[in-house]
Amino acid sequence: MIDETFVDLSRLQFAITALFHFLFVPLTLGMTWILVIMESVYVMTGREIYRDMTKFWGKLFGINFAVGVATGLTMEFEFGTNWSYYSHYVGDVFGAPLAIEGLMAFFLESTFVGMFFLGWQRLSKRQHLGATFLMAIGTNLSALWILIANGWMQNPVGAEFNYQTMRMEMTSFAELVFNPVAQVKFIHTVSAGYVAASMFVLGISSWYILKGRDLAFAKRSFSVASGFGLASILCVILLGDESGYEVGEVQKVKLATIEAEWHTEEAPAAFTAVGIPDSDEQVTHAAVKIPYALGIIATRSLDEEVTGISDLEKKHEVRIRNGMIAYEYLEKLRNGDDTAENIAKFDTLKDDLGYGLLLKRYTPNVVDATEEQIQKAVKDSFPRVGPMFWSFRIMVGCGVIMLFVFALSFYYNAHRVIEQKRWLLKAALWSIPLPWIAIEFGWIVAEYGRQPWAISEVLPTFLATSSLTVNDLLLSITGFVIFYIILAVIEGWLMLKFVKLGPSSLHTGKYHFELEKADQQLNQGAQS
Amino acid sequence: MIFDYETLKFIWWLLIGVLLIGFAITDGMDMGVAILLRLVGKTDLERRTVINTIGAHWDGNQVWFITAGGALFAAWPMVYAAAFSGFYFAMLLVLFALFLRPLAFDYRSKLESAQWRNNWDWALLVGSIVPALVFGVAFGNVLQGVPFDMDNLMRVTYQGSFFGLLNPFALVAGLVSVLMLVGHAGMWLQLRTDAEVASRAAQYGRYALSVFVILFAGAGLWVANLDGYQIISMPDTQSYANPLAKVVTTSSGAWLDNYSKMPLTIIFPVLAFAGAIIAVVLSKLNKPALGLVSTSLMLIGVIMTAGAAMFPFVMPSSNNPNISLTMWDAVSSHMTLNVMFIAALIFVPIILTYTTWCYVKMWRKVTQDEIQNNTHGSY
Repeated sequence: MIDETFVDLSRLQFAITALFHFLFVPLTLGMTWILVIMESVYVMTGREIYRDMTKFWGKLFGINFAVGVATGLTMEFEFGTNWSYYSHYVGDVFGAPLAIEGLMAFFLESTFVGMFFLGWQRLSKRQHLGATFLMAIGTNLSALWILIANGWMQNPVGAEFNYQTMRMEMTSFAELVFNPVAQVKFIHTVSAGYVAASMFVLGISSWYILKGRDLAFAKRSFSVASGFGLASILCVILLGDESGYEVGEVQKVKLATIEAEWHTEEAPAAFTAVGIPDSDEQVTHAAVKIPYALGIIATRSLDEEVTGISDLEKKHEVRIRNGMIAYEYLEKLRNGDDTAENIAKFDTLKDDLGYGLLLKRYTPNVVDATEEQIQKAVKDSFPRVGPMFWSFRIMVGCGVIMLFVFALSFYYNAHRVIEQKRWLLKAALWSIPLPWIAIEFGWIVAEYGRQPWAISEVLPTFLATSSLTVNDLLLSITGFVIFYIILAVIEGWLMLKFVKLGPSSLHTGKYHFELEKADQQLNQGAQS
Repeated sequence: MIFDYETLKFIWWLLIGVLLIGFAITDGMDMGVAILLRLVGKTDLERRTVINTIGAHWDGNQVWFITAGGALFAAWPMVYAAAFSGFYFAMLLVLFALFLRPLAFDYRSKLESAQWRNNWDWALLVGSIVPALVFGVAFGNVLQGVPFDMDNLMRVTYQGSFFGLLNPFALVAGLVSVLMLVGHAGMWLQLRTDAEVASRAAQYGRYALSVFVILFAGAGLWVANLDGYQIISMPDTQSYANPLAKVVTTSSGAWLDNYSKMPLTIIFPVLAFAGAIIAVVLSKLNKPALGLVSTSLMLIGVIMTAGAAMFPFVMPSSNNPNISLTMWDAVSSHMTLNVMFIAALIFVPIILTYTTWCYVKMWRKVTQDEIQNNTHGSY
């Protein structure tokens, strides 16, 4: 029987480690490009302030990067440690992009990150810029491959179940790579990373400007961040993830739950801006609706329908019943009764096998499920509406605020009056957490929204675990939490220290604290 | 497809070996360096010269480890699933230790405080000696068979305990692992540092290699009396992956059978011993560059010695020998192996090219003067 506590703890550990890792990744994704921009200006113009900018923001990037590397190690091995049945069941497909990520992206990123930090004296200007550029390419390629892997969890194309090996096997590498869900996710996620890095640089530069410190340095950094940030936030919003929600069944479920679309509405559907979703009654109370908006956001059209939850439930029920028969035939095949007839019958039904497996939660034999258990499994085939509805709105809300901050920053910066707009500088400073909030909730929408599946329509999450115990997990979660808190505290403390020091931390003698010190020494010299 | 299934299965056995060897030679060396750090560097400046010999490379080197994990997932998903969930706490121990290294390298010299730097030096030591030890211990346990089982739906269950992993043979294997990496790192530091640091490193490196030779020989004798695994019957090597369909027996000393069946494989243990001994001589003659080549050959020898002894086994089950995982039956599909082979064919040469470029660009003896003159631009 499935131990719900154990499954929940397995999920909790994955969520903690993934969400924590993803606090550090976005800054890396975007910061590498900001460094490329700054260093390119340095190489083209030869102006040293741009080299200093590259080095200083590079220092902050490095403090962040170290924790990203450390926590990324967990992710590479956690499928094996905690999701061993998953690893067996889909490793043939899911493992490939992970391994290619290592070969194509991690090597590039990690090899050149070393050259970025320590190669200043040993590489020519152009060579160093080349190293920075390859580091950025590597970082972004790693996002591509991990999102190809993740896209396959959302919409498992290019693969088929093989009863002989009892697992999913790749049938088309091209389909895996060009999975539309993966492509959309990649653009959305890397752009979100660019936004995070831009907001980080924008907010900290604003603080220097507010303090009247290192103005030339801060204003140039502000310019880069506002331009790159505006382009990126437009990219996130216009090429939003939701355009991928029409592809694949589980994506439709996500869309319906995000929108609390209980019943299919006539196209073009209205978007519920806010409201209180009620799962029992299947209605949204106090809903404020924006006409046409959902149809346009979700389907990019005025005449395509967005399927509602009640219609999806009916479809899922049919598939669960098919899945029971598929499981019956799977057992026959596994027990050696592999006549051509049985194989043919199984092949016609195997796409619904995953739905049949949903019943394992209630009965290990699947085929003997009662009517009541089938109805329970139908209800199980959706994530809860409340968390989906609200996570999505928090993410979008943060995005909209950031759009305004970037747009105004860009506008006033272009008009060279940014120093006078102190309210905007303060807003930019206080907006620093917003991209991270948006990104973490975006993860929840994408991954909690995939539930009850580990692999959409293929493998339920509760079956995907390792054969460990609740105590094992309590111990490991405690370990992760303690270690991650230590990492976060050290990282945060050091980051803050260097942010406060600003470019003076480069020891060039040209910046605020060093000039202050030099002044004092000069004054003391004059007095004595 | 370029190759048939059987050939690709064998190629992937070799490629996993290549990744492990790449990991040992590069990241393993960094671990050895970090283990030696406090012994060969007495002052902060000395320690900084040690750290800066690998400062620009440790992260790229670590990717050998990460990619070995990814490749295991892609090529041998059942091994990835069974090994990491079975060795759960050992794996976590490695992970927690490895967390320390990126921060230690990057944060250590950012602040002047002696206490701060001293703490990070300890972190580097722990973060390196624990994984080096655990990997050896894991190998030692795999050689003895791992207590796991698998049902008809291919779900793996592990029946051992964490402390069961710490048996005497496995601990010897763990020591072998630590010593070989320290010896290798000794050659590196002799080559890339100067003055007392280099001579201390050379000294410790030679000690480590000498003890390694003794322990490796001891472990070899031990294996001769250990229960090895043998396949009595199994499905065709061209057929789909199914670890449930073979018959396996165990008998004392069976792990050495491959050496008599394929006498050429003797070259691997010979390489391990000769590599270590010749490195000691070369180090004495103050030829550390050749010494480093020699210890690299030693690492290839050690890993291939274990691989050849166990072939075709990868992870034998002591609980139910018949379901032991082999490189024939715990593998991915023909298509996946093919796709991954092409990816490796394209990217491994590219990786080796730019990695070499970076090493060439950063090549020098790291001296205390250099660190002093560039104190804010060095680790």
